[in-house]
Amino acid sequence: MRTMTFSGAIEDALATAMAEDKRVVIMGEDVQMLRVNLFTRFGKERVLAAPISESAFVGAAVAAAMAGLRPVVEVMLVDFIGVATDALLNHAAKIEAFSGGKWQVPMVVRTACGGGYGDGGQHEQSLWGWLAHIPGLTVVVPSTPADAGGLMLAAIEYESPVIYLEHKLLADYWLDYLGSGGRKTVKYDIPEPGAKGTVPDRWQPLPIGKAVIRRQGVDITMAGVGVGIYRALEAADILEKEGVAAEILDLRTISPLDTEALKESVSKTGRLLVVDEDYRDFGLSGELAARILEARIPVKYERVCTAKTIPYNRELEDQTLPNTKMIVEKARRLIGSYP
Amino acid sequence: MKTDLWYLYEHMLRSRLFEESVTQAWYDGRISGEMHLSTGEEAIVAGTVLQLQGGDAMALDHRGTSPLVMRGVDLVLLFREFLGHPEGLCAGKGGHMHLFSKEHLAASSGIVGASGPAAAGFALAARYLRPGNVALAFFGEGAMNQGMMLESMNLAVAWNLPVVFICKDSKWAITTVSASVTGGSLVERARSFGMPALEVDGADVENVQTVAHEALARARNRKGPTFLYAPCVHPEGHLLGDPLLRIARHPLKEMGKVAGPLLKSVTRAKGSSVTKRTGGIGAVTSLIGKTTKMNILPQKDPLKVVRKNLQREKSRLRKLEDKVSEEIRVAVTTAMLSSETIERKGDLS
Ligand SMILES: Cc1ncc(C[n+]2csc(CCOP(=O)(O)OP(=O)(O)O)c2C)c(N)n1
Repeated sequence: MRTMTFSGAIEDALATAMAEDKRVVIMGEDVQMLRVNLFTRFGKERVLAAPISESAFVGAAVAAAMAGLRPVVEVMLVDFIGVATDALLNHAAKIEAFSGGKWQVPMVVRTACGGGYGDGGQHEQSLWGWLAHIPGLTVVVPSTPADAGGLMLAAIEYESPVIYLEHKLLADYWLDYLGSGGRKTVKYDIPEPGAKGTVPDRWQPLPIGKAVIRRQGVDITMAGVGVGIYRALEAADILEKEGVAAEILDLRTISPLDTEALKESVSKTGRLLVVDEDYRDFGLSGELAARILEARIPVKYERVCTAKTIPYNRELEDQTLPNTKMIVEKARRLIGSYP
Repeated sequence: MKTDLWYLYEHMLRSRLFEESVTQAWYDGRISGEMHLSTGEEAIVAGTVLQLQGGDAMALDHRGTSPLVMRGVDLVLLFREFLGHPEGLCAGKGGHMHLFSKEHLAASSGIVGASGPAAAGFALAARYLRPGNVALAFFGEGAMNQGMMLESMNLAVAWNLPVVFICKDSKWAITTVSASVTGGSLVERARSFGMPALEVDGADVENVQTVAHEALARARNRKGPTFLYAPCVHPEGHLLGDPLLRIARHPLKEMGKVAGPLLKSVTRAKGSSVTKRTGGIGAVTSLIGKTTKMNILPQKDPLKVVRKNLQREKSRLRKLEDKVSEEIRVAVTTAMLSSETIERKGDLS
């Protein structure tokens, strides 16, 4: 076992993939600096500096993948993906279906997501549910260094387009760049086990579409991804003192969703609390409810999500993004009866 | 057009001192997230914005502070916004990248290139509702590679819209030297859309003003859009705490964080040839070197350029500078005090 930061693990897994497979290339804005180690090791042909032209280079990555490359294309922050949406919505996601399954698009879109550092609602969104809404896109959201490396490798090996979301509270370099800027005068609620932890000696791809139980319990299932998992774990510690045993399911992949793992846990607990930093309405949280209802599993349900545009003010932001207090309150409501 | 240098300098100084206070508050941790300053752009802003009239619009990028200060937005409201204050310009909900002033028809965006379509839309509304009014689009040279920006230029020409596209070329887009990812000349590119493209030294406020006057007159007289191209420098780099500048300023402390993993990647087994790899390190150190140079070009500081011409009248200059400093001090103190009152109220509840 080795210890690595979240971002170090992604980089290490990428380096492994790039060393083994010449078809793997990185492209994006500022990647020669952001990925300076990979740039130094693999050179400018494999780490391509792109102009601020997301619609062009994400679109180009789609066709490059169709024609044999394995691009890992970077869109700095997922918020900026708006500019490149057509390439994903109408092309990357559609080619395999349109070609009768004969032509695939093995590309990875790597992009940073999430809030909690006061940058405002145009730089802190999650959007995983919004992206997973589109058939043909696979969306993964790792929450630990081990998963970050394993899922990156899996994403590169996957035959269809994968959106790989890297939370900024876990990725130290993003937080330094966008948040602290070297300042010691600002503080963030960083989930330490997510930002740094043990990783396997040799990277193995993790199965895409497989959730993992982070904490076992029988009274209530809390499901989510990314930083939400750590907020839920904190809430579970508080609830434990009240005699409530929460089970925490880290979905890891949004689409395809591990419905079996969800059903199994909720069948046992009879209660589902979704913790989702993405927008509440028409997204992941509703989807989880639908899966349980479709399976005719009796359930009491609540959700803690982001319901509106993320405000710049730090306190308002903390009240807008899912936090431990809200999770505990909603869990208590589920454990009692609905008021 | 008010060509008086004293007038121009006063506005530029107000903007600079305001942003110096913003810088301090940011380092003190009172402003969260990123902070992109417009310092270094004051001559471009003064030369254009001070010629605007009521009903004219501004589409701003992530460096909107200076245009808003010079347009006359209340400094206390603006500073409070940066502090996230509920009584800030946008109720503390926007922050520095998302500044809006409806009464000034001024809207910013943190999405690179978004000021193109916004200016086109403001100009379109002006043509129907406020004939003779115009819209300015502010953006960096990096945004010249964004599709929506180029599409907006074509749209503005096709619809004959009263837009002035103002491209502030700092040569850098974050850590990228823009020329390394850009084909051709930006001025020719803009001209090829069928509009006049004028080049002007962005450190020389009088020249900017003259050229902008021509562009604004064209727009007001229904002659369509103009492209202004003005080189400038960003003395604080891309944003406050810019990592490249941090390394350039404190090489021993900050380079250590980068150098370790960097050297490791040169000695790893598979990968490109060793010469190519050491080339990578060269590229990084050369970037840092370029950053240092960018940082030490005082002759490009637009404020110093104007000030030189005013130094003949020492006491008038001192009086002006004292007056503006005092104005900023009062505005910033007022904004800070009101936010402390709120914090204390918060503690009690
Ligand atoms: C669509 C989009 N892509 C990327 C970014 C990240 N980004 C913010 S500023 C910037 C560089 C902009 O360069 P330029 O347009 O030259 O303006 P400057 O910052 O130099 O003033 C980038 C890439 C963004 N905000 N929006």
